[in-house]
Amino acid sequence: MHETMVAKNLLDSIAAEAAKQGARPIAARISCGTFNAVNDEVLTFAFDVIAKGTICNGMKLQIEHKNIQGKCSGCGKKFDFDLTKSGCTYCGCDKFDLLPDPPLLLEEIEFEEDGANDG
Amino acid sequence: MGKKIQLGTKILSANEEYAQQNSKLLRDKGKYCLNMISSPGSGKTTILTRTITDLKDKLRIGVIEGDIQTQLDAERIRATEAPAVQINTNGSCHLSAAQVSSALAQLPLDEIDLVVVENVGNLVCPSAFELGEDGKVVVLSVAEGDDKPAKYPAIFSKSKVLLINKIDLLSSGAIDFDIDKVRSDARRLNKDIEIFCLSAKTSEGMSGWYEWLVKTVSRNG
Repeated sequence: MHETMVAKNLLDSIAAEAAKQGARPIAARISCGTFNAVNDEVLTFAFDVIAKGTICNGMKLQIEHKNIQGKCSGCGKKFDFDLTKSGCTYCGCDKFDLLPDPPLLLEEIEFEEDGANDG
Repeated sequence: MGKKIQLGTKILSANEEYAQQNSKLLRDKGKYCLNMISSPGSGKTTILTRTITDLKDKLRIGVIEGDIQTQLDAERIRATEAPAVQINTNGSCHLSAAQVSSALAQLPLDEIDLVVVENVGNLVCPSAFELGEDGKVVVLSVAEGDDKPAKYPAIFSKSKVLLINKIDLLSSGAIDFDIDKVRSDARRLNKDIEIFCLSAKTSEGMSGWYEWLVKTVSRNG
């Protein structure tokens, strides 16, 4: 349910950038780590609803999920962490450190080519 | 194809700015702050009221209560004579750093050593919103089942302390809960997590938690 707040913050960031660029945004790419608990459908729905009547109306969202990674204490390699598996996917060692979960980022905004300046 | 611009900015930066302000305020005043997170009904408030009462000669605790509705939890805290500020989120599933900022302004910080924020009962959303705390405490009661670290890994990976509550229920044999499984699942996510098994109702196991709390607050406060 916290996707509503994520959507609101996302809308504010995109609208601010649109005003700066003087162009209408048509798509955005965001990324987040596994532990950010962002559900694509819920976030897209929330964003669509609050974007109505704003410069972001009708924008497409692309959400990229990044795996949380472990760093093996045995072989030193980084691997995609999976709680259901016992340890490092390379050497099987069960001693490892979990690396910080990637934060929720606004990676990229795509603007309309001719920049209808209604921001 | 339209014009693309690369940003890489944090979407929750507005919350993080408030969190940093809260953290600075607490640090400047030398106060330690914990953010307590769990499912509804795990016993957060009962752990707090017993902790406040049992440690009243060692630690002055102030509480920020987050709930969707009612003043019930703040009233339970105030009954121990500790100061409490209630936030009602009116439907929102987590506390935001901005809400905590205004609650901090209402607490008598000069008369407190430790601020505990009792978050809205929810194992998912609160873990994504930093409040400016020094650490998170996750509470899991045995009635919820021993699969919770596996199902809700985020909060267990981010917490300093795990309190396994209501262990008095295990002796009846009515609940299957494998404490060792929870310990090992939680430590796989977070090898430094401190784990205390306790019952806030009977007081069993509370002393380990108290020792950690007093030691940590006096070292960092």
